[in-house]
Amino acid sequence: MIALLRRDLVLAVRAGGGFGLGLAFFLILVALVAFGVGPGGALLARIAPGILWVGALLACLLSLDRIFALDREDGSLELLATAPLPMEGIVSVKALAHWITTGLPLVVAAPLLGLMLSLPGPGYPWLFLSLLIGTPALSVIGTFGAALTVGLKRGGLLLSLIVLPLYVPVLIFGAEVARRGAEGQALQTPLLLLAGITCGTLALLPFASAAVLRVNLR
Amino acid sequence: MSSLWEYANPKKFVETSQRVLPWVTVLSVACLVVGLVWGFFFTPEDYRQGATVKIIYLHVPSALVAINAWFMMLLASLIWLIRRHHVSALAARAAAPVGAVMTVIALATGAIWGQPMWGTWWVWDPRLTSFLILFLFYLGYIALWAAVEDGDTAADLTSILCIVGSVFAVLSRYAVFFWNQGLHQGASLSMDAEENVADVFYYPLLVCIAGFVLFFVALVLLRTQTEIRARRMRALMARERMG
Repeated sequence: MIALLRRDLVLAVRAGGGFGLGLAFFLILVALVAFGVGPGGALLARIAPGILWVGALLACLLSLDRIFALDREDGSLELLATAPLPMEGIVSVKALAHWITTGLPLVVAAPLLGLMLSLPGPGYPWLFLSLLIGTPALSVIGTFGAALTVGLKRGGLLLSLIVLPLYVPVLIFGAEVARRGAEGQALQTPLLLLAGITCGTLALLPFASAAVLRVNLR
Repeated sequence: MSSLWEYANPKKFVETSQRVLPWVTVLSVACLVVGLVWGFFFTPEDYRQGATVKIIYLHVPSALVAINAWFMMLLASLIWLIRRHHVSALAARAAAPVGAVMTVIALATGAIWGQPMWGTWWVWDPRLTSFLILFLFYLGYIALWAAVEDGDTAADLTSILCIVGSVFAVLSRYAVFFWNQGLHQGASLSMDAEENVADVFYYPLLVCIAGFVLFFVALVLLRTQTEIRARRMRALMARERMG
């Protein structure tokens, strides 16, 4: 499993340029929002937590189809499936690799972009924390969507149609934590609910992803 | 008494549903006509809402069917995954577009009702928002069915999507309640009659609901028959080419 993780990480960094793509998209999105709503600091500060969460979510979505598609093309996915590793393990490692290459950089970059959107001071730690807790769920849910659409030739649009509704609860609680943090309100409830959703998806969704992957490789 | 699973045999299913279908259709049309005419012309106007209250006879039944259609798809998906009856998978497929249209009807009538009552076509109210999310789930489900070419693979994938989607739909429902407090009233038809609508509206509403449910059943039976026939035709054509 560790070898698989290392292989995925190395592939992501060295080949294909998928590594920085999500980050660049995140940056562009934030800039576009600023162009769209105008440079007024007060308005930007008010919507900053929501924008950063939506941006992170979309950036995450952008790289989902790479999780299985490349392996499927060169046949290594079939090899992995016949390996002694259980399918649930493969799926979990794939999700973890996706999180390390996409989610983690987004988490680190978000406070910097918050600076550009003039996010209020007390919001930074909570934005960071909410993304840190929430993005693993995004990766795991996304892996399910990617496993679902791996057999399709043009699965990209379908993938977003399927995955985005599944992202709704994570987005609601995550953005709520960031917003309440920025406004200095009590935020224990949404934070715990967000953590609960992440734990639940981490525990259960790999089974569903493995099941659909088995169907697709049949 | 024969077992329910007999109807998992496509031939038996088509035969039986063909016998049942005219009755269901006639009954549903009768219920709809009686319920709607009763509701529209023979009930008093609400003292606050005026005539707009009558949109309830379309709004509540369609919303009810929209939600229960998803439950029916969930059940059918589970039956397909556990017992591998093809009719079940095809029934789930047949129900999805009907459910999606019902969701649209509920949202549209709700908007038309909301405009005079709340002064706005749309608010980000929990009930409205969860219905919008339900609609998106329907779209994703239908799109996945359409995208996968092999029938059994598509049935497997959509079944699992339906189960995962159900869990997330429930999650989203509670999440949006947390996110925003609503304008929408509470339940209009609960078993404990605390907050129900008044009796004059209640009985025609029940008839309308019966009509909508029967209409849904009729459509699903018809569409499932069509799916079975289409599949049989493809099999015959494949055999023709082989031989």
